[in-house]
Amino acid sequence: MRDRLIFTGQLLFTLIVAAFLVVPAILSISAGITVNYFRGISSGLTLQWVFQVWELYAGTILLSFEIAFACLAVTLVAGVPAAYALHVHRGRLSRMVEEIITLPVAIPGLALALALLLTYQGFSGFRRSWLFILTGHVIFTMPFMVRSVMAVFGTIDVKTLDEGAASLGASPWRRFRDVIVPNAVPGILAGSLMVVTLSLGEFNLTWMLHTPLTKTLPVGLADSYASMRLEVASAYTLIFFVMIIPLLVAMQMFADKEQAR
Amino acid sequence: MNAAAGGGASVRVENCGKTFADGTRALERATLDIARGETLVLLGPSGCGKTTMLRIIAGLELPDVGGRVLFNGKDVTSEPIERRNVGMVFQSYALFPNMSVADNIGYGLKIRSVGKQERAARVAELVALTGITGLENRRIDQLSGGQRQRVALARAVAIRPGILLLDEPLTALDAALRDRLRGELNRLLRALGITTIYVTHDQSEAMELGDRVVVMRKGAIAQIGTPREIYFQPKNRFVAEFIGAANIIESPIENGHLVLPGGRLPIGAAENLAAAVAMIRPETIAVVEEGRAPLTGTIDSVSFIGDRQRLVISGACAKPLTVDAPNTMKASAGERIGLSIAPDAVRLLPPET
Repeated sequence: MRDRLIFTGQLLFTLIVAAFLVVPAILSISAGITVNYFRGISSGLTLQWVFQVWELYAGTILLSFEIAFACLAVTLVAGVPAAYALHVHRGRLSRMVEEIITLPVAIPGLALALALLLTYQGFSGFRRSWLFILTGHVIFTMPFMVRSVMAVFGTIDVKTLDEGAASLGASPWRRFRDVIVPNAVPGILAGSLMVVTLSLGEFNLTWMLHTPLTKTLPVGLADSYASMRLEVASAYTLIFFVMIIPLLVAMQMFADKEQAR
Repeated sequence: MNAAAGGGASVRVENCGKTFADGTRALERATLDIARGETLVLLGPSGCGKTTMLRIIAGLELPDVGGRVLFNGKDVTSEPIERRNVGMVFQSYALFPNMSVADNIGYGLKIRSVGKQERAARVAELVALTGITGLENRRIDQLSGGQRQRVALARAVAIRPGILLLDEPLTALDAALRDRLRGELNRLLRALGITTIYVTHDQSEAMELGDRVVVMRKGAIAQIGTPREIYFQPKNRFVAEFIGAANIIESPIENGHLVLPGGRLPIGAAENLAAAVAMIRPETIAVVEEGRAPLTGTIDSVSFIGDRQRLVISGACAKPLTVDAPNTMKASAGERIGLSIAPDAVRLLPPET
């Protein structure tokens, strides 16, 4: 009897918390497919807002994905070797570098953006291109990649594996490619997941850095909230959901599979 | 690949010491010559510098300036391990978790751009040689400790190295398996005839596997010799006590006799000394009738070990004397017995400095 009460209580609590998180999302999504939100669902369902958003903001959605995957590429190419170097050369200098890489997590995005703007205001070509936003995203997401790869290196004996491969004649590059990276895959996947989702959802840094021609999805979202009817903004949210949730699920499944191996 | 089939390379370690960046002196300067095809064991307690010596030979550590490592007379000091054509078995095996057993064994051949078919043939040969047939497609985490050890050995040997380096390869295994693998390893090393340098802290491993044994202590070489030499003719007290069981006796010498509380023990010609240090192995002491014995004492305790029994005798020497007696002998605590020791079984050691 007592167990049942506890169970019911816990279930109820869980459901309330879940509702607290899910209901606003459902309301927002439903608003995006209602003819007139103020008259409620009885006004009928429509996809016109979704189409309208697509017409207006398709560019921002594409750009967001472009930046997210470019950001992933950069953090992979720079972050994985960096994590390896930081792990192998443990010393005061490498700890300092690690702290510096991690700093952007603690600094408000606005401050980061301001620093970038001050630094690169003279380079107007760069300033106006999407690469400028990419730079901001790389700075912001790099620690997540480096940290998760380093965490994996901490659990395997990287030094001995490296020496083992060296004893068999492998050059430093072959060792890195054949032994170090494959054994860091769980960390690389976890890092990639973080980098892509953070980049896709990044708002405050991007908002400072964007130009009318380099708007990303979250910036476009803010724009539509500010200037369009509520149904359009909600339809935008709907598109955001549809885009990002399958991506997240796919990456998570991939990571689980890799970990189970 | 310049390694002659079966022969391997000769190694010379010349004046190699190692001081780490933090100032720790891991290895005093030492010179070692290892003949082609020889198995040399570096033996000593942890922290004695044996692994550092091995890593210098491997190319994983640079010796202090002035030290040189030569393979077949060629200076390889500045070559990294990947260019030395050595096979190495690590204490933790360092098998690649991302590769199958066969891929692990074949990795060195792949690096050397050996064709797929030839590689597969060599892997099959080694799998058979090391007795792991049927495990080729397993992942490393699906193997037992003993199987991992065999894979590590097969992988190191697959590249036909000039020199095989083994860093405590059996330490991670339990005792029974260790004994069995030691025998297997011995046969395998003899069959391969490859120059082998083997690091261990286990003296029975060193005895069984080594053509010669280098006993090390506190970063310095205490003695180099065949297993028989280091056992019967230890140069100092450390070697005598580290290898096997030893009675260390401090007593004066008069007219070729050790003067002991239990009698005068003849030790052959030796000058008179006020304080000498002698070593006597427990199994060289014979239990005889009390009346005719040069040395007498009382049995303190008897431990039956199986193949022999170990007696502790008091009254014969200043300190209790350990004696290994035949397992069939009747002996009980409190009994008075006589002891006889052949003069050449008593080894005089230099006093400890």
